[in-house]
Amino acid sequence: MKSRETIRVGAGAGTSDDRMVPALELAERGDIDYLVFECLAERTVSRENLARSKDPELGYSPSLHARLRMVLPTCLRKGIRIVSNMGAANPLGGARATRKEAADLGLGDVAVAVVLGDDVSSIVKHRGELTLIENGEPLESILPKMISANAYLGADVVCEALNTGAPIVLSGRVADPSLFLAPMMHEFGWSYEDLPKIAQGTAAGHLLECTASVTGGCFGWPGKKEVPDLARNGFPFADVKADGAVVIGKTPGTGGRLDVMTCTEQLIYEIHDPTAYITPDCVLDISGIALTQDAADRVRVEGARARPRTLTYKVNVGYADGYIGEGEVSYGGIDAVARAKWAAEIVKERLKLQGFVYDDFRVDLIGMSSLHGQVDTRPEPYEVRLRMAGRTRERKAAHAIGFEVRAMHMHGPGGAGGACEPRVRDVLAVKSVLLPKNLVNAQVVVEGAL
Amino acid sequence: MSVRVYDLAHARAGDKGNTSNISVICYDAKHWDFLARELTPERVAEAFKHIAKGPIRRHPLRNLKAFNFVIENALGGGVTVSLAQDIHGKSLSNVMLAIELPDPK
Repeated sequence: MKSRETIRVGAGAGTSDDRMVPALELAERGDIDYLVFECLAERTVSRENLARSKDPELGYSPSLHARLRMVLPTCLRKGIRIVSNMGAANPLGGARATRKEAADLGLGDVAVAVVLGDDVSSIVKHRGELTLIENGEPLESILPKMISANAYLGADVVCEALNTGAPIVLSGRVADPSLFLAPMMHEFGWSYEDLPKIAQGTAAGHLLECTASVTGGCFGWPGKKEVPDLARNGFPFADVKADGAVVIGKTPGTGGRLDVMTCTEQLIYEIHDPTAYITPDCVLDISGIALTQDAADRVRVEGARARPRTLTYKVNVGYADGYIGEGEVSYGGIDAVARAKWAAEIVKERLKLQGFVYDDFRVDLIGMSSLHGQVDTRPEPYEVRLRMAGRTRERKAAHAIGFEVRAMHMHGPGGAGGACEPRVRDVLAVKSVLLPKNLVNAQVVVEGAL
Repeated sequence: MSVRVYDLAHARAGDKGNTSNISVICYDAKHWDFLARELTPERVAEAFKHIAKGPIRRHPLRNLKAFNFVIENALGGGVTVSLAQDIHGKSLSNVMLAIELPDPK
């Protein structure tokens, strides 16, 4: 098991809505040993917790079925092991769903190692004194509205799950780079004391965790940063050696590009202090990293450093925080902007007349000021789309925004067109606290026979 | 004469909570010192004053021909509660690229 000198870890998903087929291309043509699906955004676990409260079998990532149905035959045939956080708020339920998919595909009784313990809601509900990182207030202030509390577990417990030998590992909340570091720790026997290797593996995980973002997605610019065949861009993998050497590559025969430029953008992505990127496994320092083009679509990563991991886990606390309502309608031609602005004033007055109040309210002129704010020196566009949005405790008040914007067709300034249906969504807000690691009981259970 | 950040560098924006981080990466390492001198946190704050309250910190990454700008209070409260269309602020890198600087020559 631990005799391989190099392993290849592929990235099969970087968000719950990521494309499906590139993971299959990796499995079929990428010559990978591990396929990692990272499918949890900040609030996803809260949403899935709500799903689970309605049906105790649900709460795992809904995309689990389609993703696994597609790759399981190839992965099991080739011995590619799957690691994923698609267990979301119900990793055991996800494991049962996984085993059923495998059985339905005629693949037999497939064991799934399940990582548990990230759900710390029963621990933090007695610790209202913990401080919310975002605003310094006590956790107590949001406890009554809490829907979920999940610790970002590290690679150690995922590694433990791989040690069981199960072909599939399913977890809930695990830090994104840790999902990729775990196979390296498992194969090469790295421990948290092997800091240069943990650093290299964490950097590799960070480069892979957003899949196509390192292979030309979210990158191209016509005439400036060309990306070939972007409609078919492939997903990346890392070739990792036991000594911590890392080279990033991508599925042969796919579109996109992988070079020092794409890797640099992804390396700095969502990092604050580059000398202290805190994961559950280490405190990573990317400032000394050198990226080198080894060959076409192959980039070498060297020089990652790390300090030992901290004594705490970051815990995301999800809570219900009212509703967001929104509406849109368009104006074109002469005085389009003036008519849109007039409509906005009418809608605001209508909402006020009905006594609705909003914690936050926003008026956008799409085509002018919706992305980068209002600057008076910009020229007026030929057409503009008015968008109004508000956050409120009352569903009715949220709905009224879209209702009144749509009513501009009949009751507003002349020539309004194309209003959308009123939109209302539940707000699942997320704040975070730090929880001592020794309070968290991360563990592995195996579903099915090994 | 002036240049835009766009002429010398590429950029990507990411989000964590209510904080945006925007990388600025030189196409050519020879422009790093110029950007270190001219693309100050103050200049960036001026370009973002109608979007973000700040504060803004700049982390130099000479090894990567890059800088990382960390802009706080930039995302309408953060992705889970923001009323913005672009809740992640992915498009904010383009505000950075449009900043004009004195001609380096």
